[in-house]
Order: sequence, then C-alpha cells, then structure tokens
Amino acid sequence: MITRPIAKLFPVFLLPITVAFLIGFVYPFLKGFYLSFCTFTTTSDAKFIGISNYIKAFQDATFVHAFGYTSLYTVVSLVLVNVLAFFLAFLLTQKIKGTNLFRTVFFMPNLIGGIVLGYIWSMIFDGVLSHYGTNILLETKYGFWGLIILMCWQQIGYMMIIYIAGIQSIPEDMIEAARIDGASKMQTLFRITLPNLMPSVTICLFLSLTNGFKLFDQNLALTGGQPFSWQADGTVVKTTEMLALNIFNTFYGQSSTARGVAQAKAVLFFVLVAAISLIQLSATKNKEVQQ
Amino acid sequence: MKNKKKGAGMIPGLIVLIIASVAWVLPILLVFMNSFKKNTFVKTATFAWPSGENAAGFDNYIKGVTFGDYPFGKSVMYSVTITILATLLILLFSSMAAWYIARVNNKFCKIMYYIFVFSMVVPFQMVMFTLAKTADTLKLNTPLTIPIIYLGFGAGLAVFMFVGFIKGLPLEIEEAAAIDGCSPIQTFFLVVLPMLKPTMISVGILEIMWIWNDYLLPYLVLDRTKYMTIPIHIQYLQGSYGTVDLGAIMALITLSIIPVIIFYLTCQKHIIKGVAAGAVKG
Repeated sequence: MITRPIAKLFPVFLLPITVAFLIGFVYPFLKGFYLSFCTFTTTSDAKFIGISNYIKAFQDATFVHAFGYTSLYTVVSLVLVNVLAFFLAFLLTQKIKGTNLFRTVFFMPNLIGGIVLGYIWSMIFDGVLSHYGTNILLETKYGFWGLIILMCWQQIGYMMIIYIAGIQSIPEDMIEAARIDGASKMQTLFRITLPNLMPSVTICLFLSLTNGFKLFDQNLALTGGQPFSWQADGTVVKTTEMLALNIFNTFYGQSSTARGVAQAKAVLFFVLVAAISLIQLSATKNKEVQQ
Repeated sequence: MKNKKKGAGMIPGLIVLIIASVAWVLPILLVFMNSFKKNTFVKTATFAWPSGENAAGFDNYIKGVTFGDYPFGKSVMYSVTITILATLLILLFSSMAAWYIARVNNKFCKIMYYIFVFSMVVPFQMVMFTLAKTADTLKLNTPLTIPIIYLGFGAGLAVFMFVGFIKGLPLEIEEAAAIDGCSPIQTFFLVVLPMLKPTMISVGILEIMWIWNDYLLPYLVLDRTKYMTIPIHIQYLQGSYGTVDLGAIMALITLSIIPVIIFYLTCQKHIIKGVAAGAVKG
C-alpha cells in the first residue's frame, strides 16, 4: 500500500545515483566495449576496424606472457594463502588464550594500501638481497616469490576471518558426538570440520582467484614488471608484469596507436574475471540447494 | 587431569601463533625503525636498530614532508576530503536507491538492480580509459567532484548490500509510519535510515578502505599537476623523483600508516565484521 507514493519519488531516490552510475560505469563500459573494435588515440577520433585488435592482442608476446605469469602466481598464492589461513583459523578456534589479539594482528595488513605494501616489502627484500650483492629487480624468481610473500602477509588474515566464521558455525555437538564415537583429532578435522566448511572454502577460493587475476597496485609498486627480457623480434617482455599492469602499460605506454589493442585486452580481461565470478555464483547456489 | 592434558597440548599451537604474529608485526616495525635511519643505511643495515652512525633522528620526517615540489600535507588533505565526501555520497544515495528498488520492486527496479550487481564483476581496467576521458570532459577531475565518479563506480556493491538488508526489514513499521501521516521522504529518513545502521557501518568501512587506499582511479582521473592523494604521492616520489631517499619515504609511509592503525584498533570489531560481510556477499 505504500509502494505507490514511493514510486512517484523516482527523481529523489533513484535519479542521483542513476546519473552517477551512467557517468561512472554504464557509459564508460559501453564505450570501452565499442572502442575495442576501433583504432583511436583519444575517444573522439575512433575508427571502426573490426576484430583486428583482438587478433593483435592474442599475438602480443607480452600479453601472453602476462597471462601465463598471472595464472602461475594465482595458483601458487591461492594454495599457500588458503592452506595457511585455514591452519591459523583452526588454531584460533582451539580455545587458546589471546585469540582476539592474534586475530587483530593477522588481519591488520588488510588495511594498508597496495602501493604502500609494495614499498614496505621492496625495502625488506632489498635489505636481505643486498647482502648477496643483488636486488629484487634483477631476477624474475625474486619478484615472483617476493609478490607471493607479500600477498600471503596481506591476505592470510582476511581468509582466516572467513574460515573462523565457518568453523564457528559448525554445531558444537557434532564435534562432541564424533569425539564420543572415538574419532581422533585428525579424523574430526578431515571428516567433520572440513566437509562442513565447504561453503567458506568455496568463497575463499574464488576470492583468491579474482584477487589474483585483478592484482595491480602491489605488482606495480614491488617490481613494476622488472626485470625486462628482450625477444629476438625486438619486443620487450616485462617478466614480472601481470595482466592488469600489462593492460595499463599498453594503454599509457609509448605507442598511443596501441590503445585499441589495450582496450581489446581489457575486454578479454573482463570476460575472464566475469566468467570466474559467474562460476562462483552457480557453485554457491548449488551448495545452497543441497543443504 | 583432563584439563591439564588439554592445556599442555595447546602449547605447540601457542608457540606457532606467537612466532607467526611476530612475523606479522615485523614489517611494520622495520618501516618504523628505518624511518629514523639515514638514507644509505636503509639498504645496507635494514634490520639494525637506529642508533649511532646510522641514526637520523627526525630528519627524514622533516625532509619527507617537504620533499620534492609538492608538500605531503596537501596530499593528506586531498585524501581525507575525497574519502569522507565519497563515502558519505555513497552511503546516502545508495541506501535511498536500495530502499526505492526494494519497496517499489517493479520491472524497471529489477533491471536496475541486475545492472548494479553486474557492475560488481567488472574490473576497473575495462572502463579506466573511457572513464578517465569522461571525467575529464565533465570536469569531474578535482577532489570535490571525483566523489561523483566514486559514487558511480562504487554503487554496485553498496546498493547490493543495502537491498539485501532492506528486504529483511518488516514492512509493517513503514506502513504504520505512513498511516501516522509520514510522507515517503519522512518515512525513509526518520524510520528506515536509523534501522540501516549496521549495514551503514559495514558499507562505510568497505568504502573507506577502498577509497583511502585506491591508487589507479584518482591517478587517472585527477588533474595530477594540481592534486595528489597519499598513494599517488608515495608512488610519485619512489617511481619518478630522481634519486630516491628511502629514509624519507619510510617516514612518509609511517605517517600514512599511523592513522590507519589507530582507526583499525578503535573500531576493529566493526571492520572485521564489515569486511567479512562484503566478502561473503561480493
């Protein structure tokens, strides 16, 4: 009964955010999609050229390298972050004293921005590596493992919070019953706790996946893509450059004619990230139906 | 006896936790220590306590704040302005929109809702070039106008979280208010808004953390010669300012971390809850 007077107030309630949303999302999204089929240096001189930007994107050695590097990074960090976060969450739900203090400490790095994080850790890594006469920018493997360590430090506390909430929602009497039936601690963990924790595991795995693929600030601040490797055909592959940074560098790099290719890469990147999110959505929906 | 056994079994766990938390605090402590060291010692004696020949006192802080051709205080001011304005805009307009969508719930509202949800999965790189150009054309490239861009790009998550919460609120309270003679605007601001407080806090914290730490959006949208935020300032000094003074950078990083840590320690319960809520829903 109160719907009708509200409906008339569209200009007050929905119009302001709709205008901002058109400016900040809808128009840039649609225009960006269109520009991926064009050649342009600014948005006003676009000329339609079909799918050749996409072909060039797939032929671009730096893009292919960035995709492989990002995938490798995402898989390694996903496994490490989630195993360690679960381990900490498990310890913190064992009625150890000072749980709250530990939780506060582990979660803290999440509040620090990616750029600052990158410079904190580049100082630490260089402090260690300078004793061996090298630094983090000189070898790809230093940059790779450096980023993994940085992201473990940042993300373990975050995933840990989700796992703790999951563990605490498992009914106490279920674990009690298992104990009375003579299950060992290990059996309880693998037969009771873990299977009941699957919703949290799904959330954390997909968060790790999308976070990994979308990573930008930390990548830029820690290595910025260095060290570089010169290919036989003259292209420079930035060996620690991830997908988001590769798109950024293609847009704002030296050659402004590559902007169409950059926008095509951005569309491909969007499709990849959206696909992961859609799979997540259906995965969590299925779980809900089963329960 | 059972208790004693249980307590003893926990000791290895406690030791692991203590070692881990030392490892977690150490990077912050290192930044703090190195902010009091002379530049050349930051790389060679990173893990030493600042004393004797490597100690620099507060020199790094004085140098850091006046470093380069842009005072750090200005960046702090712009960061604070943008974060507060954008968060308030998002909280106000997305809660209003969410109430309208949840209560009117016609075909148009449903379509709007799905577009908002869709925008959550779009990575920033997809829109960044066209968004920066649009913002430039519409003169949304100043600290006082960039909050409109944040409202547009950040609307998805906020509307999504508010709609989820409002759908769980009983309609009877609003109907009672309407019968008592409240107009819809009065109903929203006097009845609905106070009930939204828990979600307001969660959304507010998520937005503050995002906008305060955001680098790429303000870097591309703001007129960089006039306006910088803290992350842009630090990246600018480190990335392009000739010979880098690491001591001074560590001093600036310390200055930028301290308010964040105070904010965290004073409302950590809300922060952890808000972030977890955002993660589970997003």
